Amino acid sequence: MAKGQGAALDRKKLMGDPIMMTTIVVLIAFLTLFILYPLAILLVDSLYGTNGFSIDTFKRIFGMWTFRRAIGNTLKVGFVVGILSTLIGLLFAYVEVYVRMRKVVGGLFKVVSMLPVVSPPFVLSLSMIMLFGRSGLITRFLLGIYDNDIYGYWGIVIVQTLTFFPVCYMMLKGLLKNIDPSMEEAARDMGASRWKVFTTVTFPLLLPGLGNAFLVTFIESIADFANPMIIGGSYDTLATTIYLQITGAMDKEGAAAMAVVLLCITLAMFAVQKYYLERKTAATLTGKASRGRMLIEDKSVTIPLTILCSLGAIFVIMMYICVPIGALFPTWGYRFTPLTFKWFSQVFTRYRGLQAFRDSFVLSLIASPITALLSMIISYLVVKRKFKAKGFIEAVSILAMAVPGTVLGVGYIRGFANGIFHTGILSSLYGTGLILIIVFVVRSLPTGTRSGISALRQIDKSIEESAYDMGADSLKVFTSVTLPLIKDSFLSGLVTAFVRSITAISAIILLVTPSYLLITVQINEFAEKGAFSIACAFATILIIITYGAVLLMNLFIKFFGTSRKQKEVD
Amino acid sequence: MADKRVKEPKGVKLDHISKIYKDPKTGKEFYAVHDVALEMKPGSFITLLGPSGCGKTTTLRMIAGFESPDEGEIYLGGEPINALTPNKRDTAMVFQSYALFPHYNVFDNVAYGLRLRKVPKDEIKRRVTDILALVELSGMESRMTNQLSGGQQQRVALARALVVEPGVLLFDEPLSNLDAKLRVQMRTEIRRIQQKLGITAIYVTHDQSEAMSISDQIILMKGGVIAQMGTPMEIYYHPNSEFVADFIGECNFLKGKISGKDGKITTIDLPAGKVGVTTDKATKPGDDAEIVVRPEAIVIADQGQLPCKVELSCFMGSYQNYHVRVGDTLVKITDNCPVNKKIYNVGDSAYISFDASCAHLL
Repeated sequence: MAKGQGAALDRKKLMGDPIMMTTIVVLIAFLTLFILYPLAILLVDSLYGTNGFSIDTFKRIFGMWTFRRAIGNTLKVGFVVGILSTLIGLLFAYVEVYVRMRKVVGGLFKVVSMLPVVSPPFVLSLSMIMLFGRSGLITRFLLGIYDNDIYGYWGIVIVQTLTFFPVCYMMLKGLLKNIDPSMEEAARDMGASRWKVFTTVTFPLLLPGLGNAFLVTFIESIADFANPMIIGGSYDTLATTIYLQITGAMDKEGAAAMAVVLLCITLAMFAVQKYYLERKTAATLTGKASRGRMLIEDKSVTIPLTILCSLGAIFVIMMYICVPIGALFPTWGYRFTPLTFKWFSQVFTRYRGLQAFRDSFVLSLIASPITALLSMIISYLVVKRKFKAKGFIEAVSILAMAVPGTVLGVGYIRGFANGIFHTGILSSLYGTGLILIIVFVVRSLPTGTRSGISALRQIDKSIEESAYDMGADSLKVFTSVTLPLIKDSFLSGLVTAFVRSITAISAIILLVTPSYLLITVQINEFAEKGAFSIACAFATILIIITYGAVLLMNLFIKFFGTSRKQKEVD
Repeated sequence: MADKRVKEPKGVKLDHISKIYKDPKTGKEFYAVHDVALEMKPGSFITLLGPSGCGKTTTLRMIAGFESPDEGEIYLGGEPINALTPNKRDTAMVFQSYALFPHYNVFDNVAYGLRLRKVPKDEIKRRVTDILALVELSGMESRMTNQLSGGQQQRVALARALVVEPGVLLFDEPLSNLDAKLRVQMRTEIRRIQQKLGITAIYVTHDQSEAMSISDQIILMKGGVIAQMGTPMEIYYHPNSEFVADFIGECNFLKGKISGKDGKITTIDLPAGKVGVTTDKATKPGDDAEIVVRPEAIVIADQGQLPCKVELSCFMGSYQNYHVRVGDTLVKITDNCPVNKKIYNVGDSAYISFDASCAHLL
């Protein structure tokens, strides 16, 4: 049996479609050059030095007790944060799906789930310090504790848990909604108590999903750079150690080797999550809920749960609100009245705020449509077309999800500072705004691609086939059918990419040169110096920008979204 | 008028085409379509019929260009088209899910193909209006597709494919999402329009009654190969295998031995008695024989060829349904218009008989 002719014909058809062909070639080149190559060069650099192939660099870094301790610290924090976030996320998700609660509480939940999305990554660290630090509002002024040390292990754990549990909550909410209520009703009917139902039916069904949520948070925690940087104090994690190895010790080979170690850890976790747990979750929870769930109305259950979650939600919201308020006090921890705008004006008068916002804004604004379009094209190719390199494109764009920003940053330094493979080719790219834009694109591509793929899977394949069959070429099919059908998803991808770019720090902080001022880098600097008020002022303006972008998108979708006409009928 | 076609319908020739797939579980390659060779005359209505997994849809998708044949060549209007992408082929397909563009209204859906062909605006308007009149959707131009019923959506899909005047029109189980009554109505409609326009149509279905009611030619497929090809009547009355006979409607199989031949009528010796069958096949006495008889060709009465015992008797409205035991074999009978006939009850003894011309020797 020879598949030769069919494959050859498929190839020929592809060649007869130059737009498609060019797109694929350009995509492969982009993914190889900006995702695979920087990671590959890390491995090459740390294994292949001036005296040929050796594992000396690895021996050296594992000889450093600071590095060994950082590995231990990172794993410990990741583990604890993973467990805590999953548990809190489960509590919130369970209450939302199973318990009858007031609308206000539902609103609180929604706010909590959205805040981490629109906020820069280190906002919670800032407010943690401002509320519970040595001169914290709560510790010092309310409780009179003068030497509360929030910096270090617990600081990171609390801040990361508060940052990441909403992700678990959203994931688990989706899973709980997919559990068919009649299964639980059957258990109740056979005499099980509510608690028994939870432990014997709901929980076992949810178990792979919980493992999934745990690992996702674990990876996020390990990859997190901003929070350990600000609130970690002397408690170093891998991400901060790598950063210091480059900026402090100027040891680029060492940093490259450390980045390889960090990458291996996240990749291993990611592999387990992606290929084992995700599949298992899908296998146990395939059933759609056949009808609505009878919500728990028993007051002895609903009141304590609602109060607990509301308090938690209010606490989280308070943490976020603390930042804009902090920027209004004359001197944090010392004088609280009269409220003042002086920090905001200083942002622009003394600290070149305008340039920082302009640079961040412009670079993100350029990066986001590229990201959105690129991720939609990748999703389209992956879901709707068949060709040889499809597996490669899908794998690499999903792989990028598991790459911590710090690792990518080091990879770019090693890979582009002296040109490709240190030959000088393309070295002019390094230090430009273009490379920052590329980093923004690469960092947001996996999320965009993932949501693009799930949006496109909803669309019947034959709709595009029918356009193709009517005589439209690939470009026409994409622009006249695919894109209009996923307009909403495209728009939200656009905004997500914008928000992610303008709040990004981990990779960017390693690559930014003095010719560009970026807000996140500025905030980080001020927070390091202890200038919290000015950091808060910067962060507040940033939050306003990102929140504004999200609002604008929602308005746009509401009035111009694809689904409007269809929704009117339903 | 829409019934004056500008373009001539085209013939389709499949020159021994095959498609190989890989089983995703075992990794083994197998023929999804194997050595399918046939010729379809311009203007004819051909149905690819068969159970799911028989390769009929794959064959259709190879003609449309979505799949590439691993062996053989496809000709459209005499031209080889293997290397052409779907958008370069003179085909238009009506999809099982209709595949209407949800972001366009009815008019824009139908006009899509014409706009791609850069047809002038006023001609587009005229042609779309004509074709919508033909499918009886006049006045619906500005409706969005989700405001239409299933049957109306089906008509839009048909109009969208017809309006570009394709050399060949492809149907991929277009009626399977409709309810039974509408299905019957729509298939008549499709046949009417196809004959009016004189267009070549290739139609895929797994519903044998649908296939029989609309086709000039039926190609019955099984396991990737053609099991039998012929007019509906040939396939119904002269199936070449047990599979074909069984697939194309209810039937009874009776096994016995050839006992003799008298002109065109061959006598078969069944365990329960002797019956005659009309056949051209060369046979010799003593050979194993299997005959096929359709349930409606059998008469149940107090006297006849073969004795039987009634095991099921069920009034179905237009007919009485019997299952009777003849020797070891279960025989199904549909006795039409039972109102003035004797009804046999379960446990009754009776006789069955059938005309030699209604039986077919396999």
